[in-house]
Amino acid sequence: MNGTALTHAVIDGILTGAVYALMATGLTLIFGVMNIINIAQGIFVILGAYLSYALSVHLGIDLFVGLLITIPTLFIVGICVERAFIGRLKGPEKTAMSILVTYAISLIIEGTLNLVFGVNYVQLHSWYVSKSFKVFGIYLPYIYVFGFIMAVVLLGALYVMLYRTRFGASVRASLADHTAAALVGIDVRRVSTICFGIGVAVTAAGGMVYGATNAFNASTSYDLISRLLTIVVLGGLGSLGGALVAGIVMVTLEDVVSVAWSPVWSTMVFFVVLVVVLSVRPQGLFGKQSARVA
Amino acid sequence: MRFKSSGIRVLGVAAAASCALALTACGSSSSNGSSTIPSGQPVTIGASLSLSGDFSADGQAFQRGYELWAQNQNAAGGLLGHQVKLKIVSDASSPTQVVTNYQKLISVNKVNLTFGPYSTLLSIPAAKIAKRYSYAMVEGAGGGPSVFAAGLTNVFDVTLPVSDDLTPFANWLAALPTSQRPKTVAYVTSNDPFTQPQIPVAQKITNAAGIKTVYNSVFPAEATDFTPIADAVAASKAEVVVLGSVDVPTVSAFMQAFEQAHYNPKAFIATAGPDQGATFAQAVGQNNANGMMVPNSWYPGYDNASSKAMVASYVAKYGGSASDVNADVAEAYSVGQVVAQAVKATGGFDNSKIISYLHSGVTMQSVQGPVKFNNLGQNLLGVAFTFQWQGANFVQVMPTSNPNSVPVLFPKPVWAG
Repeated sequence: MNGTALTHAVIDGILTGAVYALMATGLTLIFGVMNIINIAQGIFVILGAYLSYALSVHLGIDLFVGLLITIPTLFIVGICVERAFIGRLKGPEKTAMSILVTYAISLIIEGTLNLVFGVNYVQLHSWYVSKSFKVFGIYLPYIYVFGFIMAVVLLGALYVMLYRTRFGASVRASLADHTAAALVGIDVRRVSTICFGIGVAVTAAGGMVYGATNAFNASTSYDLISRLLTIVVLGGLGSLGGALVAGIVMVTLEDVVSVAWSPVWSTMVFFVVLVVVLSVRPQGLFGKQSARVA
Repeated sequence: MRFKSSGIRVLGVAAAASCALALTACGSSSSNGSSTIPSGQPVTIGASLSLSGDFSADGQAFQRGYELWAQNQNAAGGLLGHQVKLKIVSDASSPTQVVTNYQKLISVNKVNLTFGPYSTLLSIPAAKIAKRYSYAMVEGAGGGPSVFAAGLTNVFDVTLPVSDDLTPFANWLAALPTSQRPKTVAYVTSNDPFTQPQIPVAQKITNAAGIKTVYNSVFPAEATDFTPIADAVAASKAEVVVLGSVDVPTVSAFMQAFEQAHYNPKAFIATAGPDQGATFAQAVGQNNANGMMVPNSWYPGYDNASSKAMVASYVAKYGGSASDVNADVAEAYSVGQVVAQAVKATGGFDNSKIISYLHSGVTMQSVQGPVKFNNLGQNLLGVAFTFQWQGANFVQVMPTSNPNSVPVLFPKPVWAG
């Protein structure tokens, strides 16, 4: 191991971690507002990747330009799913039931994608997918840099929406206390529906970068959802900032361990850190105690 | 309190289910299938395949292979006059689910015969269940040493044992003239029972030839971010890369990272992935595929009459072209062929007799070539080939002494982007 390799690993981790954070942000937003654990988040990422694939291959639309179509499309998909399935979940078992319902949704989408696209692996291509540029002796892949910038922009937009708009105030009120929010006149159901739509919409962007850096098929979603859940648990369920920090920490830690020690231990070390953090802070790095009680 | 009572109820149901399963198992553990089937009734063959999960692409290719064999076998009159009926269930690539599936196929569905699942990882637990019921487990993708070291007498792999897969490639490197022979090699592999056993065999040969191992690492099978590992390989500047991979995404990720790092090894071989035909070329880009190598025991252009007939019937049934037929299909098809010959030779569907026959040292034929099992169930006659993408063609390049091999494209062309 040398300093350059270690620096490279840290940069790789930060660039890639931000994209994972973006995908996980949707998951944690949905949990925070709705107390829904969205197991289907992984398949939504893959759905986003397939939409980018279809636009790129069949219409020749650039991957990033295609986001202008895929993000609204997945927002509408999210709204429909929430109205058809998620919004109907009531009662004290709602969170537990949401795992089963979203798993079922995941299976339905996976089966549909298999029917439409087949099971063969595909990957997104564009000039910037395999090219890189050199900075201080380190090659930085364009796709990771572009993906990082996109993730920062989208997370920034999400931040502005949450903290600088009236709707954002409604979301934060719903995050804090559903009952109190409803009592002051906030339409919590509407807020929940829109948040679910937003949570799914961000997967379009994450899915596009994922599909450009990994060959994928519908079953790839299983690998993704486990990582995304791990990120939101470490960051704290319902915490947007926590998802960002945890996403970057997780991927950077894995990359550094791979280079400094051995790839074999990269995943294990991360989980050791996760267990240690949860032992000290059961609510995760930035989660609130009440989030776990809810 | 509510939580507690729910927990007790769940535990109670789980315990009752476990007891029922255990009783079912005990009640039928002596079963080895019906040796005779009433006239006009089909023979039922059960298999668990990875139709979803990590191995879904391979699992579904295997399904096509089994179904294609059943179709052709039925067109030829079936097995001893009985039409073949396949019962295929999905294990979602899970070693746990595969156990449940074979348990149910044998004890509940009462299948007459079983075909193996996909991968070394799943073949071991599957074969253990089959052995419990004295069923033969003929499979086509469980060639890792751990399958044969499990003390199972009912498992038979129609494909070449995987340990030797990289031998032709390593021998070719070692035999290159000194002026052309690479000086360094990097070995990097998934910790999978299919890939790992191949590495030391090849490494022993390259070490003996004076080719220095400058990078040697194992990564977890569940890894999804290969960039730091690939960057480390690139940093080693090895002239040859040997990648122990189980699928297309792993190879694709390494290739992409190498290209981004402006690293062009002279030779790059992956244990699986490049053999996936058009799927691989699409994923990595046709131009980038050029020069990539993979060991295997079959390819669509294999010079064997039975193989050619299978490829033709595959294209007729599923469409596409010969290049769309990957090795998984041939491995699955071979399972059916070998079982059919055993059934015919024993005159029935008695699994004990089938196992004895397969252990008898007889030579059978398959689309992958001749098959003859040793006492461990390994195919002694399997031949290791190495294939390479040359332009848009996937061709056999090793053993170089084989008349069907074409010259190796060496050094590998630089990444085309």
